[in-house]
Amino acid sequence: MNLTDLGLGPARRALGRREFSARELTLAHLAAIEALNPRLNAFLLVTAGEALAAAEAADAALARGEAGPLAGIPLAIKDIFCTKGVRTTAASRILEPFVPPYESTVTANLRRDGAIFLGKTNLDEFAMGSSTTNSAYGSTENPWKRRQDPAARLVPGGSSGGSAAAVAARLAIGATGTDTGGSIRQPASFCGITGIKPTYGRCSRYGVIAFASSLDHPGPMARSVEDCAILLCSMAGHDPLDSTSVEVPVPDYAAACNQSIRGLRIGVPREYRVDGMPAEIEEMWRSGLAWLEDAGATVHDVSLPHTKYGLPTYYIVAPAEASSNLARYDGVRYGLRVPGEDLIDLYEETRGAGFGAEVKRRILIGTYVLSAGYYDAYYLKAQKIRALILKDFTDAFAQVDALLAPTAPSAAFAEGEKTEDPVTMYLNDVFTVPADLAGVPAISVPAGLDADGLPLGLQVIGRPFGEETMIAVAAQLERAASFTALPALRAGSPTI
Amino acid sequence: MPLDRSTIRRIARLARIRLEESEAERLRRELDGILAWVEMLNSVDVSEVAPMTGAITIGLRMRPDIVTDGGDADLVLGNAPERVGDFYAVPKVVE
Repeated sequence: MNLTDLGLGPARRALGRREFSARELTLAHLAAIEALNPRLNAFLLVTAGEALAAAEAADAALARGEAGPLAGIPLAIKDIFCTKGVRTTAASRILEPFVPPYESTVTANLRRDGAIFLGKTNLDEFAMGSSTTNSAYGSTENPWKRRQDPAARLVPGGSSGGSAAAVAARLAIGATGTDTGGSIRQPASFCGITGIKPTYGRCSRYGVIAFASSLDHPGPMARSVEDCAILLCSMAGHDPLDSTSVEVPVPDYAAACNQSIRGLRIGVPREYRVDGMPAEIEEMWRSGLAWLEDAGATVHDVSLPHTKYGLPTYYIVAPAEASSNLARYDGVRYGLRVPGEDLIDLYEETRGAGFGAEVKRRILIGTYVLSAGYYDAYYLKAQKIRALILKDFTDAFAQVDALLAPTAPSAAFAEGEKTEDPVTMYLNDVFTVPADLAGVPAISVPAGLDADGLPLGLQVIGRPFGEETMIAVAAQLERAASFTALPALRAGSPTI
Repeated sequence: MPLDRSTIRRIARLARIRLEESEAERLRRELDGILAWVEMLNSVDVSEVAPMTGAITIGLRMRPDIVTDGGDADLVLGNAPERVGDFYAVPKVVE
């Protein structure tokens, strides 16, 4: 058996029985990274020394019988979580030299529970994108290949594309991601793994480099619903360092995987049936509903009438908040500095050289919609429509317990496709953005393959702080779908 | 109303971002496209709607007004591109 094939649950049980050591498990993953990362570029930084030291500590804790719930589990960390003493770039040139003197709460929680960090994963710069091609350090390759065209280099989705590719290719057992407009769920769907965007306020944003503060959701990515649930238990919890963190107890999410869904009411949002959706996605959606009915749930048509306004609303709110959050990169306090004739010149040169094209585009849009005379017409209006989008969900959840929809309108596309104009790329997030705007939890589960053999995800959307019901539904989908397909590029695969 | 070149220049100035000439024209076209696309929001009647202020409705928490952190000038300045003593250094601002 290959140690890199183990999921979190099985690895944890085997470590507990001392069938192998945390050191062996970590070494197996580091070897896989060494073999595959030069091609995939999933990791921007590999912290082998720190990982092995943490593995030794985990082995000692396991031997003493004092191990935390994640003792010895090798994880990948999206390079937007600040890690004390370990370079954190947000995949931006402007943070190339940045070494945080503090640790994000989410990664501190994972360390507290014994997790081992293998390194920092690639993303779209400042999490702005759906393809991980907007990274200052090169794109990440999706480990899945089209059956008919195996030479095409497909994107892993984004922005958490490095994390998704690492988990899919078995370079890590699980990973952290952040979801602002779909950045956990869409790459999970493109890479055939599972990802949870929890309720806003469930996981602390402290130490997560800010993109759009009212939309940023840290969450877990892994190869099963149970694995994500276990990770979420560690990541979640109240944090006094984040004023939007919520003081609600963290339930045993893993236990929810075995909850019956008999009698649950599942909603099908009719506005998610869009023109031009591939037949395989329609088919997978129908299958998903049938699987839930077989398990005793009932299916109901619901309406989320403001769905079509989700994306344009998002592309006002997110850039507005980004333009404000990214004002801190000034070449003075940390990060890149490009010299200038005076202070203003220094700011302009630094930011002109340090930000990539998509980041500039969004900062400029944000600056425009917040500028004098435009605030009411754009930002205020968008926040009002956002209230209507939240009301759509509130009304739907008065009738049903969870919603089922596709995660993305397509499977993974090739690098260079959808780049002719920014709006085409933005349309990727049509099904994921509404849950971010409303702050409700959502999970993507691999549920089928398209005609090219590429994975497709189904999304379960839950009530605020209704993660347990959402996870129970997702676990039922997972059992019924019995998704066993594997990416072409993975640790130990014959093609490498 | 289509965006003109001078508006792009003004926004870039406000955002403190230096743009190359070719970049400015490309961004003008792209921003124009995005702003035309978000026009669809004008068809929604929001006259009776209060703006959403956050994804969750929680009151602001209070804490005792006491110092709990600080005094780590070296940690804070550790990432500074240039420092003089315990200060960030920038080009001369006042003549």
